[in-house]
Amino acid sequence: MHEMGIVLHLAKTLDQTAEEHKLKAIGKVVLQVGEVSGIMTELFTDAWDYFKLRHPVLKESELVLETIPAVTWCDSCKQTYETVKYGRECPYCGSGETWLLRGNECIIKEIEAE
Amino acid sequence: MITITLNETVTASNDLDAEALRARMREAGTLLVNLMSSPGSGKTTLLSRIIRELPELRIGVMEADIESDVDARRIEALGAAAIQVHTSGMCHMDAGMTAAAWEAMEAKDRDLIFLENVGNLICPAEYDTGAAKNIMLLSVPEGDDKPLKYPLMFQKSDALVITKTDALPFFNFDLEACAERVHRLNPLIRIFPVSAKTGEGMEALEQWITGELQAFKHNDIQI
Ligand SMILES: Nc1nc2c(ncn2[C@@H]2O[C@H](COP(=O)(O)OP(=O)(O)OP(=O)(O)O)[C@@H](O)[C@H]2O)c(=O)[nH]1
Ligand SMILES: [Mg+2]
Repeated sequence: MHEMGIVLHLAKTLDQTAEEHKLKAIGKVVLQVGEVSGIMTELFTDAWDYFKLRHPVLKESELVLETIPAVTWCDSCKQTYETVKYGRECPYCGSGETWLLRGNECIIKEIEAE
Repeated sequence: MITITLNETVTASNDLDAEALRARMREAGTLLVNLMSSPGSGKTTLLSRIIRELPELRIGVMEADIESDVDARRIEALGAAAIQVHTSGMCHMDAGMTAAAWEAMEAKDRDLIFLENVGNLICPAEYDTGAAKNIMLLSVPEGDDKPLKYPLMFQKSDALVITKTDALPFFNFDLEACAERVHRLNPLIRIFPVSAKTGEGMEALEQWITGELQAFKHNDIQI
C-alpha cells in the first residue's frame, strides 16, 4: 500500500522531468532508500512494474535501489550507532534519548535517459 | 544517453501540490485541518461533538476511507457538509486527492473544513495534504508509548488530542509521561486531553480551534 503511493509520486516526478528535458525514454532510475524507511523493495519493484506500463516514457525503465544505512545519535553519550542492530536504546549507555540521523529517506538520485 | 541528477525526495511533487492547495484555501478563506490517528481513535465522534457545540461555524468534513461512506453519513446527519473520499486502496491522503475532494465539495462557503485522514499512524504523516493545521488523535486505550513508536506524526502535528479520557481508570495510561515524550519530539505542540463521551476537556480544544480560525481569517484581511 505504502509502496504504491511512493511509486505514484515517483512516476509523476519522472513524467515532469521527461517533459522539462524533452526526454524520449528513461532508462535507469536510481533511488536511495533508507534502511528503516519501511519500504519493502520487492513490493516496490512490483508496484513499479505495474506503473511503468501506464507511462510511455518509463516503458523500458529499470529501477536501481541503493540502501542508505540507518544511523542513530545518542544524545546522552553523544555518539552514533547502527539503528538496525541496536534499535532505540543506546548500546553504549542504555539511554532512550536517541534520534534517527538518517535511514528514513527515499530520494530520487539520478536517471539515465535519451 | 544522458544522466540527470535529481537528488530530490520522492514526495517533492506532493509538496508542490500541497503549497498550491494551501494558497487556494487561503484565498477561499477556509481553514483546512487535517486529522490523523489510528483507526477507531474517535475522530468521527469528536467531530460530531465539535459540530454540535460550535453551531455558529460553517463546518465541512472530508471523510477519507479506503471503503464505505458510513462516516460521511454520520456527519451529514448532524447538518454539516460532508464528502466521502475513497482512496482506492491508498493508505493516506495526498495533496492531489485533497484538492480533488475540495473541488468536488458543493459547499464552498465553509469557515472550517476537517479532513478525516485514513486511520494509520505512519503514512499520513509523510504526505503534506495542503492543510493549514494538523491535529493528531491518540486514544487512551492505545497506550502512552505511541510517541516512541511513531515519532514522525507527533513531530508533524500542531496539536495532539488525547481522546477517550473517560476510559483512563481502566488503562495504565500516564498522561504526564505521554506529554513529556511528546514534548521531547515537538516542544511547540499543544496537548488537549478530552472525552467526547462526557464532554470533559472539549471547551479548551474548541477554544483553541476557534482561536486558530480567527488568526487565520485575520491574517487573510491583512494580506
Ligand atoms: N469511551 C469512549 N468511547 C469513545 C469516545 N470517542 C469515541 N468512542 C468510541 O470509539 C469507537 C470509535 O469511534 P469513531 O469516532 O468511529 O472513531 P474513528 O477514529 O472515526 O474511526 P475510523 O474512522 O473507523 O478510523 C466508537 O465505538 C465510539 O463510540 C470517548 O470519548 N469515550
Ligand atoms: Mg471515522
